[in-house]
Amino acid sequence: MRFWSLLRANLGRHKRRTFLTIMSVALALFLFASLRTVITTIGAAAQFGSARRLVTTNATGFILPLPIGYANRLEAIPGVEKVTWANWFGGQYGDGKRFFATFAIDGKSYLDVYPEMSVPADQKAAFLADKGGALIGARLVDLFGWQVGQNITLRGTIFPGDWTFTVRGVYTPTDPVINDDAMMFHWSYLDERTERTGMAGWYILQIDHPERAAEVATSIDDQFRSSPYPTKSGTEQAFNASFATMWGNIGLLMNTIGLAVVFAILLVTANAMMMSTRERTREFAILKTVGYTDRLLFGLVLAEAGLITVTGAVLGLGSAKVLYRATNFNAAGFLPGFDVTWATIAVGGVITLLLMLGSGLVPAAQAARLPVVTALRTVE
Amino acid sequence: MALVEIRNVDKTFTRGAERIEVFSGLTLDVEKGSFTALMGPSGSGKSTLLNLIAGLDQPTGGTVRVNGATVSSMTASQLAGWRAENIGFVFQQFNLLPVLTAYQNVELPLLLTRLSKKEREERVRIALGVVGLDDRLDHYPRQLSGGQEQRVAIARAIVADPTLVLLDEPTGQLDAVSSQDVLTLLGRLNGEFGKTILIVTHDPAAAARARRQLHLEKGTFVEQGEPIT
Repeated sequence: MRFWSLLRANLGRHKRRTFLTIMSVALALFLFASLRTVITTIGAAAQFGSARRLVTTNATGFILPLPIGYANRLEAIPGVEKVTWANWFGGQYGDGKRFFATFAIDGKSYLDVYPEMSVPADQKAAFLADKGGALIGARLVDLFGWQVGQNITLRGTIFPGDWTFTVRGVYTPTDPVINDDAMMFHWSYLDERTERTGMAGWYILQIDHPERAAEVATSIDDQFRSSPYPTKSGTEQAFNASFATMWGNIGLLMNTIGLAVVFAILLVTANAMMMSTRERTREFAILKTVGYTDRLLFGLVLAEAGLITVTGAVLGLGSAKVLYRATNFNAAGFLPGFDVTWATIAVGGVITLLLMLGSGLVPAAQAARLPVVTALRTVE
Repeated sequence: MALVEIRNVDKTFTRGAERIEVFSGLTLDVEKGSFTALMGPSGSGKSTLLNLIAGLDQPTGGTVRVNGATVSSMTASQLAGWRAENIGFVFQQFNLLPVLTAYQNVELPLLLTRLSKKEREERVRIALGVVGLDDRLDHYPRQLSGGQEQRVAIARAIVADPTLVLLDEPTGQLDAVSSQDVLTLLGRLNGEFGKTILIVTHDPAAAARARRQLHLEKGTFVEQGEPIT
């Protein structure tokens, strides 16, 4: 801290340049944290899933349905405790600009299988009692100002027409990777309006022991192998992971963009530091004359680079951490649980250190190696 | 024993293929507590000699000893530490750091010591008081006149209580009045505070203030004055 006044004075020499350099670092690390959080959020979603839940879909593809009659047969398979099902509805509200997921579910069994969806008891009862009722995520209340008891109309995209529901309950996820801006309504209502096609989108099964998952899944798929609707069963985690792989190698893309931004900022910061030290050639010579050692000057220049990058990192990483959490950001429902992890902050810290070394080492070495007499003569 | 002992010092520079000899076999003693003026035409090697004494440059041959320490054989790191304790250097162009106040500029050498903040403050105030600028502590160089800047530079040179104060054309950029102020100050530093002063100057009036005058021409002392009584 002895040299703090000297460091502060040097950083304040070109306030605008210092400010812009710090903001460049902050922006780069903010972007890095944001892009990396996309990857970690997708990864977390892929990891989500109870070890006691299996998902059974049509073997041809999960967008193809399965007969509702499978429910009883699935329940009868040894190891299966509970069975529920859901359909993707795909409705639009208002101008449709704000997307949210809509599912038709078998209300009672679905809420039994998903205890992570917390619904007040009275609202749950009201939802289950009303065939035209809907259960909405807490975020939709914030987004649209919907209230319990209110009628809302969606425009069906897969199932055409206007669909009006009465909001009967609001669920709050106890696990952050569960989307809190989805809407659910009764599968029976969908089935009725679509002239009782009797098809479910997919089944979710609760099994008695997690270690039996593979055995039960095989047993299910074997049973339906020769039917017109063969199945593909697996753990919920594997099912969610298959969605994550649909993003392709987005991790590589995000990492590449993030690191490219950081590298660009490294060049900007290094350039600013080089300019700053080049302008002070004479001053370094004076400090050496006064008795400052090469090593001390090296440390002081590196400390300047450190102050710039660390301040930028605190602003960039800190604002990413605080901002996304404060605004409950989830990319319009595509990335539930979007939160900058401490691991991302730690990686950002390592990048900050590399930025400091990358931008400060060369100018610091130049300042340290500067021959006093030559430096004084050169600028005179 | 003299405070500064220069023995058979050679100094040559190379510029491309050209080899420039500044001086050869130079020998000189500067006594402790003396006030010596070093004069001579441009290119005679005055500033080079000052740089050698301060350890800012190394001789090509010979030895430079100051206060018993062989400056010419020290490493860069040793020299920096030694300079901080033994040398106060004043440049023609003041060379204050523009982003620091007068106080902070003078404090710079003390940051290298183990003195506490309070002790540093005491010393800075004394040094600036000696040069008559204790009312300009918070002024930046741009807010000071040339004469005041040079006095701050002198305060910086003496604040760590060095053995030897070296000045390279300290009045070269000053008007007549400011020059007289600075020269009077140097006289006080030598007379009242016993500082050994070696000043390089072109100005005969400045040299006249010294008790000993040396003339360096073409790399050799052509006239070596006796101490003025």
